[in-house]
Amino acid sequence: MNKKSLLKPSRRDVLKYGVASSALAMPFVSRAWADTVELNMLAWYGHGEPDVVAEFEAANNVKFKPKYYAGGDNMLALIAQSPPGTFDVILSDAEFVQQLNEAGYIDELNAADYPFDDFLFDEWKQFPGHWKDGKLYSAMVRCGHLGVSYNTTAISAEEAQSYNCYWKPEIKGKVGHFDWHLPSLGQMSLLNGNASPFDIDEAAWGAVKEKTKSLRPQVGGFFDYGGTFNGLKNGEMLAMAGIGDWITGVLEKDGAKVASVVPKEGGIQWTESWSIGKGTKNADIAKKFIQYMLSPEGQVHSARMAAYPGFAITKGGRKALNEKDPKEAQRTGQVDGAANDPVSLIKDGRIKYRGVPKQQSLEVWNDFWSEYKGS
Amino acid sequence: MATSQHRDFYAWFWRLPLLVWQLLFFVVPLGFMFVMSFWLVKNYRMTPAFAFDNWAKMLGWNIFWNSYLYTFSLALVATILASLLAFPAAYGLAFKVNETTRRWALFFLIIPFFTSYLVRVYAWQVVLAGNGVISAMLAWVGLGPLSLLNTAYGTIIGYLTLAFPLVVILQTISLASIDGRLIEAAHNLGCGRLRTVFAVIIPAAKVGLIVAALFCFILAFGDFVSPYYLGGSKPPTLSIMIIDSTKSGQQWPRAAVIAVVMILTLLAVAFASVTTAYRRRG
Repeated sequence: MNKKSLLKPSRRDVLKYGVASSALAMPFVSRAWADTVELNMLAWYGHGEPDVVAEFEAANNVKFKPKYYAGGDNMLALIAQSPPGTFDVILSDAEFVQQLNEAGYIDELNAADYPFDDFLFDEWKQFPGHWKDGKLYSAMVRCGHLGVSYNTTAISAEEAQSYNCYWKPEIKGKVGHFDWHLPSLGQMSLLNGNASPFDIDEAAWGAVKEKTKSLRPQVGGFFDYGGTFNGLKNGEMLAMAGIGDWITGVLEKDGAKVASVVPKEGGIQWTESWSIGKGTKNADIAKKFIQYMLSPEGQVHSARMAAYPGFAITKGGRKALNEKDPKEAQRTGQVDGAANDPVSLIKDGRIKYRGVPKQQSLEVWNDFWSEYKGS
Repeated sequence: MATSQHRDFYAWFWRLPLLVWQLLFFVVPLGFMFVMSFWLVKNYRMTPAFAFDNWAKMLGWNIFWNSYLYTFSLALVATILASLLAFPAAYGLAFKVNETTRRWALFFLIIPFFTSYLVRVYAWQVVLAGNGVISAMLAWVGLGPLSLLNTAYGTIIGYLTLAFPLVVILQTISLASIDGRLIEAAHNLGCGRLRTVFAVIIPAAKVGLIVAALFCFILAFGDFVSPYYLGGSKPPTLSIMIIDSTKSGQQWPRAAVIAVVMILTLLAVAFASVTTAYRRRG
């Protein structure tokens, strides 16, 4: 623009520079206008994705900033490395809540804030490790079952009724492991007949190790979430130890010929619970989020999570799921009176809660897992 | 005198950024990692200490040494394969094509680095799987189907994906900078083509060829992606062992021990390579 046009700008100049000025000012305008609260989330992959949190974000002017982990000890490690107050909400595997609490990483919750009366199963109201001295520290929000996950063209439904199908000669080199010691070793413990798979004495632990080692020649690899998913999808792996419907459910919906069942030796329940991080500056909105996840709408989002589905744990959640997505409710047995109703399976004693080793240290189990992988 | 001081200042002025950078981002973290290898972990928290527990645990653990040998062997095989396969390509680019073609070829060799290595490795999963292209081709000639995924072969292919273009580039640059008169003199003295390659070209380009191989070894030895996603972590390499140690139980001190051993190994290999490269004949 020359000197003359600066003094007498044309209509086009006014429009041009007006738009430019507005664009430059936008960051300041939007910041003052929106004042969005950023909530730092620590969770397994998927919990901070739009299919789960978008509605809550929109309704409460919140933006989640998720940090994802794989495995409870990985979660503890991430918290330990971060300054207090880094995470507002923490999704934990239930067996690690006690350690979160003992380390002082989470705040006490007010039980009256959450719909415990609506829980499908009484035992879940007092989930082990979630309460201490009558105080609540974490709210269970979803769960799922681990069992035999298999390719239906390679393993029959009858064969899948026992973990022994992993040793089937025809699938040598095609058995995969989800690369985390607790679920796979828990399954081996169940196969050995241990009623409490994670509370075993030294003799039983020795037997679990021997049983696990005997599976090694069958094993085709150790995988993270993506690798497990791909391995089953492309048929590289025909059976996968340490997982359940949380992975095969996603693949099934995609048309893959895979399934998961709770075998006759029993299955393991994974359980996830929300806690509020100690030192958070957003405790109120964090509480509101946990309430949302336990509401019927939140439970439906949780049960249908794109990354990995789970069970609704409230009566309201189950009812809403049956109304919203009856096919998924049917597929996963979340229908009152269904033969594979997850609550019935627990009541029948076929499901054990996943836990941390009681009579050995976690390190001992982990070291064995490294030895097993390297053998 | 004043001019000499001025020259010293000028030289140090230009050296300083490199020194500061190396000090801040290499020497200090390396020192910290070494110190951390003596720390202990209690309740998932690292506690400063001066204990040899981690060193004793890792160095006395046969799984660690098995992993070490496996990692070293795979990296060595990848280095030998990359060097042998790259040489004909580099030779052709250095001596058999014109300048324009060479430039274009080098440009195309750089292109793979524009895309994520992880994405390229995921693409290899499709190719190497039992129902993938290679398996189908092998089946067609009666040798398959054969899955190369989750095997050591898969890992080697991943290593080559990472390092091969770089090895070709370094070898090409090295060969192209040989004084052409040496080759002409060899021919004039009656030296055959093959003998010229082994008696003149390779010795003249020795430094570049060894440096290219060294880069390949360094990249392969420390790689995590290929052994995990193409090798199925079966058995784990040292880099996978580092990940396992950190994600489970927050054993960063043990991971530090593995990392220190890896760095010492690479330093030894680099020192041996450079010594060999600059050793004079006779």
